[in-house]
Amino acid sequence: MNPLPLVAVAGSPNAGKSALFNALTGARQKVGNYPGVTVERHSGRLTLADGRPVELVDLPGAYSLEPASPDEAVTRDVLLGKQQGERQPDALVIVLDASNLDNHLRFALQLIELGLPTVVALNMVDLARRDGLELDSQILSKKLGVPVVETVAVRRRGIAELQSALDDMLSAPVCGVQERAKTDLIHLQRRAREIATAAVVSETPVRRWTHRLDSILLHPVLGPVILAVIMFVMFQAVFAWSETPVSWIEEGVASLGAAASNALPSGHLRSLVVDGAIAGVGAVVTFLPQILILFFFILLLEGTGYMVRAAFLMDRLMHGVGLSGRAFIPLLSSFACAVPGIMATRTIDDPKDRLTTILIAPLMTCSARLPVYTLIIAAFIPNTRLSWGVGLQGVVMFGLYITGILGALLAALVLRRGVLKGSGSGFMMELPKYQWPPLKDVALGILQRVEIFLKRAGTIILGTTVILWALASFPQAKPGESQIEASIAGKIASGIEVVVKPIGFNRDISLALLPAMAAREVAVSAIATVYSIDSSDEQAATLKLEDRLKGRWSLATALAFLAWFVFAPQCISTIAVTRRETNGWKWPLFMVSYLFVLAYAAAGATYWTAVALGL
Amino acid sequence: MNAPFQPDVTSLDRLKVGTKASIASVDWASLEESEACRLRHFGFDEGVTVEPLHLGPFGRDPIAVRVGRMTVAIRRRHAGAIHVQPIQ
Repeated sequence: MNPLPLVAVAGSPNAGKSALFNALTGARQKVGNYPGVTVERHSGRLTLADGRPVELVDLPGAYSLEPASPDEAVTRDVLLGKQQGERQPDALVIVLDASNLDNHLRFALQLIELGLPTVVALNMVDLARRDGLELDSQILSKKLGVPVVETVAVRRRGIAELQSALDDMLSAPVCGVQERAKTDLIHLQRRAREIATAAVVSETPVRRWTHRLDSILLHPVLGPVILAVIMFVMFQAVFAWSETPVSWIEEGVASLGAAASNALPSGHLRSLVVDGAIAGVGAVVTFLPQILILFFFILLLEGTGYMVRAAFLMDRLMHGVGLSGRAFIPLLSSFACAVPGIMATRTIDDPKDRLTTILIAPLMTCSARLPVYTLIIAAFIPNTRLSWGVGLQGVVMFGLYITGILGALLAALVLRRGVLKGSGSGFMMELPKYQWPPLKDVALGILQRVEIFLKRAGTIILGTTVILWALASFPQAKPGESQIEASIAGKIASGIEVVVKPIGFNRDISLALLPAMAAREVAVSAIATVYSIDSSDEQAATLKLEDRLKGRWSLATALAFLAWFVFAPQCISTIAVTRRETNGWKWPLFMVSYLFVLAYAAAGATYWTAVALGL
Repeated sequence: MNAPFQPDVTSLDRLKVGTKASIASVDWASLEESEACRLRHFGFDEGVTVEPLHLGPFGRDPIAVRVGRMTVAIRRRHAGAIHVQPIQ
């Protein structure tokens, strides 16, 4: 069978490439990986006017065919037909930022020289116009020798025209790809500038929107204040907005459990379904709203162009601990999940910079810690309103995030002085224009995350909760004996308990630590499972998990548990992705050991301080 | 190359915010290859007009520079390798 024609979407970063790709393919996308390298491959399908399907692939953004990062190397190799696991594209869509032609045209000229059938999408013409720049796409097309279509990908404008240009192109006979002519960079740049100048119809100097916004958002005093406020609002929102949907999900899970209890005969099967599967997965799914809100903010910050400004503001501080502002984005993403965060470090060119960022990424409070934090905070921290509508619970949560950040900075400093000594490569980044991202794209991004999260809940988390249920249910306790003490889990926990007792951890925590290695949020479902098996009387079973915790843990223990979770590398996925990104076991093992040592020390210090203070 | 000896030639890191200048020369040799490559990709080259727009809040580092139609953030150290002549 003939494979579908492959069309590659190429362009410089910030040209609106992904928005255009989304506009062309809609939600029908596949996210994979190029073999051998850690670069994501986004592909999708497009149907031409005559019904022929075409495969579209979104190449990583690049400034030229001379790669400066692994991402750019993939772009070059795909275009030259040298990328393993990818056939050479049959046609190209080059995406250009209309207001940045003199720079983007250089890459476009290199791409056109390849000799593939090509169409140029002159993107973001609306932003160019907003800045007083009128372009003539006819002239541009004549100069470049390829069709040029004006588009505004985020508003889905010009997409139909682009499709019909693709139509024409893929119907025409294809000549062979030319051996790449080596036009030197300086010559290309000069030609790019000439063409860009020729294509300008008129240019009215206006005070640019982006510049005006930057005067406020990058202001030496206001800028950091606004950044702190945005982050604070983000984390307060994660708490406040999720309250109602969380209660709906809790009710849903409770009634599902009740229905299953009634439907199934009493015995092991009922216990497995109700106490194992429904209680375990239910406890984790409850935190879906918070994860959604966090991703909503992160995608919005990224889409508007603010994320890079945050990197700009933070660069000097990051530099102080041996990192670059570029690390800020992967680290900020790690607040959602360290796995995509660690994957995002691929944009950092310097290997030592990158490795340091990977090693400290797990210290950013990921969303999987939220269930644990939420549970403990709800149980032990009173919901007191401080002034200005700020709640004490939110402040404690904020404090945990700050502790993680400070820990990460300190770790980076030590790593950069020790095992990863050496100078960083610095910070060079384009500051793109501000724009409002299409909510459709944000929604698509959120949906892709939800899918990943639910798949995890459905597989790893379900698996581990069922295993834990089995470990906690067998062998069965004799009358008068506590089930949890008699079980296999009880025996394993006894071993762990010896080690964690000095830092104030009790038996329940020892029981939760092992399954929490699969994913941090499992700690919550593990505790939930343990308590629903252990509570023999009906009244206790109807108590909320928080209320049950209150009776069994001291405040010092609860605080030590929180401190533990700030640092502990309780996540197999993170370890696995670190192994993959660093190509070996050396660094993941290093990461796990140093984080466990930190976690143990922090929990111990917290516990004994709290005990000394009489809490 | 006589550009650095002209009296009003300064380096990009010493240029005041809002002052337009033309790049007189770039000390490519003082930069690492990947850094030089990135700077070229962003369009830093002799004869190009640049304008510092914003300074980082801590130690006035990095610097956001307008180059062509792009705004690019670079560190003070790299800006020091770019010699410019202010445009009156």
